Amino acid sequence: MITPRLLHADAPVGTALPELRHQVTATTVVLGALATRDWRPMHHDHEFAVTRNGTRDIFLNTPSQAAWFERYVTDWTGPHGRLRRMRFRMHGSVFPGDTMVLAGTVVEAGVDTTGCGWVALDVALSVDREAKTTCRAEAALPLGPDDNPWERTGDRWCP
Amino acid sequence: MTDPMGAPVPERIGVAQYRTQSDFPVERGYVWTSCASVENGNPLYWDDAVADEVTGGPVAPPTMVSVWFRPHHWAPGRTSDVLPLQVHFDLKDHFGLPEAVMTDNTIVFHEPVRMGDRLVTLQVLRSVSEEKRTRLGTGRFWAIDVEYRNQHDALVAVESYTGFGYRRRPAEGGGEADGS
Repeated sequence: MITPRLLHADAPVGTALPELRHQVTATTVVLGALATRDWRPMHHDHEFAVTRNGTRDIFLNTPSQAAWFERYVTDWTGPHGRLRRMRFRMHGSVFPGDTMVLAGTVVEAGVDTTGCGWVALDVALSVDREAKTTCRAEAALPLGPDDNPWERTGDRWCP
Repeated sequence: MTDPMGAPVPERIGVAQYRTQSDFPVERGYVWTSCASVENGNPLYWDDAVADEVTGGPVAPPTMVSVWFRPHHWAPGRTSDVLPLQVHFDLKDHFGLPEAVMTDNTIVFHEPVRMGDRLVTLQVLRSVSEEKRTRLGTGRFWAIDVEYRNQHDALVAVESYTGFGYRRRPAEGGGEADGS
């Protein structure tokens, strides 16, 4: 049996997640766009991004940023962590040459009416300490070593 | 107000539109490409023994849900562009707003998406604002829900977007321009 890496009791409000730093390159941007089947030119065509979008370069697309946020959260929870919801707000773009930093904190924790333990995290994706995208993510965490949020279905899963 | 489909915009609020089946079943190649693009080493996606025990078999990363609906860049016989969030583009056309950004995006995850699933999506316009003036330009905000279901009609996710369509002012702002 695979033991959960993180239990609900291990993540009280105020818990800070380890930072994730990543050097963004043109490959990061283009790979993210292709992996999310996003063929729009401002994610691979420098000239288009500059002349049509008025940005300084191509930039990370939203679905790719969602994948970065998911990776960040589940790096922390381990495989038993199950995302309930994510909300993003974009404040600025992330370009090749940027070092992006993801940082997050547990801001709420609880157990819902079905007995599912959950935490809410405020996560920011920043460049040079300026938040480019902010995210509120909620994840279900096991309440004990025998609990597994992924086994919840139908009325027992209320995200 | 009449939209490009011929129905007044207020009458389209709350109405399910553009029901679409994904072009191809959920498959692992794309899951691995997605995980590789963000260096996601979650063993649920790489180790079948872990997936079997924890999720009852391989699943796709929840945030990939919209990936399965983005049309191929080209398809034989196709003569016009297929746009993944058609309601958004309808509103841009209707109001004559050449630029747009997505300012807000919420995804709620329900049943897991599994390999081989054939997903269906539909779009629901929730609201359209009066004309507003912002630092980007003058335009309107709108809210659109995209619902995703699997082949058993089980809800797998609901994605909610807030878009702002506008006529440009000389400024660069946040959000993601749609490039159209």
